Amino acid sequence: MNIHEYQAKEIFRNAGIPIPPGEIATTPEEAEAIARKFGGTVVVKAQVHAGGRGKAGGVKLAKTPEEAREIAKAILSLTIKDLPVQKVLVTPAADIDTEAYVGVIVDRASKRAVFMVSPAGGIDIEQVAAETPEKLMRYPVDPRFGLMPFEAMEMGFFLYDDVKKARAAAKIMQQLYTAFIDNGGSLAEINPLVTTPAGDVVALDAKMVIDDNELDRYPAVAALRDESSEDPAEVQARKANLTFIKLDGNVGCVVNGAGLAMATMDLVKYYGGEPANFLDIGGSSNPEKVVNALRIITSDPNVKAILFNIFGGITRTDDVANGIVTATKQNPLKVPIVIRLTGTNEEIALKILTENGFSAMTDMDEAVKKAVSLATGIAA
Amino acid sequence: MSIFIDNSTRLLVQGITGRDGSFHTRQMIEYGTKVVGGVTPGKGGQKFDETVPIFNTVEQAVKETGANATVIYVPPMFAADAMMEAADAGIPFIVCITEGVPVLDMTKVYPFVKEKGARLLGPNCPGLISPGKSKVGIIPGRICTPGNIGLVSRSGTLTYEVVFQMTRAGMGQTTCVGIGGDPINGTNFIDCLAAFEADPDTTSVVMIGEIGGTDEQEAATFVKEKMSKPVVGFIAGQTAPPGRRMGHAGAIISGSAGTAAEKMQAFEENGISVAKRPIDVVELLRNAH
Repeated sequence: MNIHEYQAKEIFRNAGIPIPPGEIATTPEEAEAIARKFGGTVVVKAQVHAGGRGKAGGVKLAKTPEEAREIAKAILSLTIKDLPVQKVLVTPAADIDTEAYVGVIVDRASKRAVFMVSPAGGIDIEQVAAETPEKLMRYPVDPRFGLMPFEAMEMGFFLYDDVKKARAAAKIMQQLYTAFIDNGGSLAEINPLVTTPAGDVVALDAKMVIDDNELDRYPAVAALRDESSEDPAEVQARKANLTFIKLDGNVGCVVNGAGLAMATMDLVKYYGGEPANFLDIGGSSNPEKVVNALRIITSDPNVKAILFNIFGGITRTDDVANGIVTATKQNPLKVPIVIRLTGTNEEIALKILTENGFSAMTDMDEAVKKAVSLATGIAA
Repeated sequence: MSIFIDNSTRLLVQGITGRDGSFHTRQMIEYGTKVVGGVTPGKGGQKFDETVPIFNTVEQAVKETGANATVIYVPPMFAADAMMEAADAGIPFIVCITEGVPVLDMTKVYPFVKEKGARLLGPNCPGLISPGKSKVGIIPGRICTPGNIGLVSRSGTLTYEVVFQMTRAGMGQTTCVGIGGDPINGTNFIDCLAAFEADPDTTSVVMIGEIGGTDEQEAATFVKEKMSKPVVGFIAGQTAPPGRRMGHAGAIISGSAGTAAEKMQAFEENGISVAKRPIDVVELLRNAH
């Protein structure tokens, strides 16, 4: 789960990390009032779940409260990577001497939380890794001991020669690690971590991604979810316990299992079609899940044909068949449907479908070919 | 022969009285797996379906039954503890079916299990089956048939699809292993490939990967350097957009690492025949001999 910068800053602040104050505005007038309160130059920052906000014009300086209002108005009308900006963070502009990068992420190769720090901050860290790898230090953390002071100091000295700054950075890293662990993070990032002319080390930005599997453990973190900044269909799917990702094609896919779902999309493409989505109904399907899946798929106007691909293991194919029948009785389909199912209770499923006027196939390739030809209007 | 499990496997089921645990225990017993005991704290002394003894702890269960493998069907928040309890009790082979285990939990489980000398399969995996001998987990027994092909996969239902196509074409299997789709898991492709290479009955191997990470690329190098048996590969997620998680926590393309194209290229460069569609696996296996 993604959270906003201002939410991540609150978590980091609570962990003791020095972060300049900031407040959220949803209207230009609010932004103006906040800027007036802070006095001086402020930064107005779009709060969206997308990287590259700066490049998209979502982060700007304002010298006066009036300018803050105008800038907030412009930013609040932006759409960054398909996500409309609904909130801006207004924060006093800081005097910056140097910019560094500090992040911690769960790394699949070392199977540990790994710190990544670089004195070349403020820019895309993947670019640093690719172009100047010597400026990036990777530091795996043993989960049994956490980030130990000497380890944090090694990274602190990698960022700064000055011992006072190195110590300040080391402390921030330990605080960041605590925030990361205590909130079920899969990524926590400060970019940039800056030094000021006064010699202070301060976090100017904050990013955090939460492991969805941890949300049951941390209800306060789960409550940070901002549904208004997510794709409505994806929100609907999550509530129905489905995994759904919208794509640009016209063949709507309903599949059980992530691997088979991806392979089905690939096969749609192989036979000349374009998948409209990724949709995994998961292991133990009940008819209700199928009803929800069909509702989500049919709400996409691009969908010209629907393809079911079900390989019953835990999933009972008769459950799926019942779901299709129920859903289409409630909302008759406006586009053709191709059903492929095989596995657990296949005979019962086929009987249910035939009795209700549907036909079903058992071969995956044949089913995909048929769905593609129906969607494109070209005979298979 | 087969890998990891066979007729000598004496299996424990952790979470045997739960909804999934009880259903799949019956399926495993029906298939012929020797289920020697179950663990559900508070139900020690009772019997599951009037036949399988239930214990409060894994420690007791191992002492009483001589179990040498365990399968875990407990809820995600308790799965890490269940895996570590099994390793601590000295069980050498641990299979965790549970989906949704927090990845930070796995950063602790992985080194703990390693230090105890146990092999962990999963979490978030369908388990494994040595057709005709034993099955541990949830792979439907009737889609498999005994034979000489080893199969290792990161996926569940996609594995069923490929195994089913193989079985229909008369190509039986020594063992089918689902290693799971999570970013941190106990057993990887290389572990399984090495076991298949060492298994005298396995003549060729199918490897099914998906987008995300670099495990498949590393496995491809292993195939070239260490394996004499032919390997056929398939990668799911050729049409997946970058930066989006495709169901499996591991199935995400980030940066340049982990695209299907990259993995298929690594396969080809290292002598692995690449199937464009699941059905092509059958033809490529036929050509491999």
